[in-house]
Amino acid sequence: MSAPTSTPTRTGRLRDLGAGRGPSRLTGLPGLGIARGAFVALAVGVALLFQTTVFPHFHWHGVGPNLVLLVVVASGLARGAHFGMVAGFAAGLLLDLAPPADHAAGRWALALMAVGYVAGRVRQDAPAGVGGALAAVAACSFLGSSIFALTGLVLDPGVGVPDLLEVVLAGVVWDLVLAAFVVPVVLRGLAALDPSTDRS
Amino acid sequence: MRSFRQRRFGHARSEGEGSQPGTPPRSLVLALVLACASLMVLDQSGSVLDPARRAVGEVVGPAQSVTADVVRPIVEFPDRLERQDQLRADLAALEAENDDLRSKVRTSGLDRNRLAEYDGLTSAAEEIGAALVPARVIGIGASQSFSSTVTIDAGSDSGITPDLTVVNNDGLVGRVLRVTSTTATVLLIVDPDSAVGARVADDMELGFLTGRGDLGGDARLDLELVDQTVVPHKNDVVVTWGSSQGQSPYVSGVPVGEVVSVYSSVRETSQRAVVDPFVDFAALDLVGVVVPSGTRSDRAVIEADGSLR
Repeated sequence: MSAPTSTPTRTGRLRDLGAGRGPSRLTGLPGLGIARGAFVALAVGVALLFQTTVFPHFHWHGVGPNLVLLVVVASGLARGAHFGMVAGFAAGLLLDLAPPADHAAGRWALALMAVGYVAGRVRQDAPAGVGGALAAVAACSFLGSSIFALTGLVLDPGVGVPDLLEVVLAGVVWDLVLAAFVVPVVLRGLAALDPSTDRS
Repeated sequence: MRSFRQRRFGHARSEGEGSQPGTPPRSLVLALVLACASLMVLDQSGSVLDPARRAVGEVVGPAQSVTADVVRPIVEFPDRLERQDQLRADLAALEAENDDLRSKVRTSGLDRNRLAEYDGLTSAAEEIGAALVPARVIGIGASQSFSSTVTIDAGSDSGITPDLTVVNNDGLVGRVLRVTSTTATVLLIVDPDSAVGARVADDMELGFLTGRGDLGGDARLDLELVDQTVVPHKNDVVVTWGSSQGQSPYVSGVPVGEVVSVYSSVRETSQRAVVDPFVDFAALDLVGVVVPSGTRSDRAVIEADGSLR
């Protein structure tokens, strides 16, 4: 919905933020990989704290934003499916084990793993501007919550599908609102740790 | 490791040619999916992962505690502004209500008897010999997780162990699932997995309360009575049945909620009642964990007789 003149620059910027181009990013500095991992770990930790402690004060029928999922989406958008998937698995595992979680461990790990993978594929297949990123967030939020809900239906049934759908859709709306704040921060942080994005 | 590297290099090179960069190797996808599946199976079948949960909790718990302390004044600030005027109005309303109640107690013998019964209940509560460890809610699981659990900022250091009853000034909140040294995870009674032995206070009938999973103001519990010929009445108060010693989950005599509607299921030949819990689960903050009297704790404990220790 942006003016046509601004579209190319946006697209270009997302590409810059996202893909590291050429072998230089890998041969360059091996420490950067660790730095990226540490950055995502930090982002996930902060997101988890906000998600469990701050946003319950502003919830809608108990549904709040899934900030950890947003960090994973941003990681996937920035670094591709491989990075996104591994980040998603680790973040999901944390979400599964950190209090007050009480569901079977591995459910969020599986869900966020898929989210990271899909977000990474979105970057490769349809590198678009803000609209594309928001569409990716919406799709990933729906996908992640749905996978979590479905594993729940398999492991311990008891919640009706209409209830699930309502909660999942409310979650998508929350995530879209919060994506505007979370995703750019993570994208920028990961871009700063990427030698191929030269900003001289 | 080697193949991993090769792939990374391969992608980097091929990225310019528009193939699929950064795609994870199939073996990694498979390994992670299998890891998730085995974690689920392990966790579902036993308590193998409890040490891992505890370890994560030891790290995350204090961080949640600090965050909650920072956030609380900010969140409560609008309340404080409203409170001034509201308190004055409340005071007037309560004074009027108090006068009204007082006159009713004086005039009605029935009410006086009731009062005596309540006194008896209170003394019974004292006889349990239970004490309360105060705690604040520092983390709430989102509804997207479909389980209603919260973290409180008191753990094994404060004398809290799994299966203890958690209450607040309105009534029953839930029970402790697991503890770390500084935090505890509480399963709320509105969780679908929660089952509370309950008693209809008016006719002493026993039953079970199960949650429905929603947290908000319209949170409801389902009550199924053991004796299926008994029909609970609207506005009947439901209390916990539990053990008096507080050994098993839920001490007895804690008010849970009141019956709002009753319906009979012909197919299941049973009476079901819907109970509105007294506790507002959407706005949980200060709670008390019922511990045996004399429990060693790192914070002040409210004893059964109301004294602070």
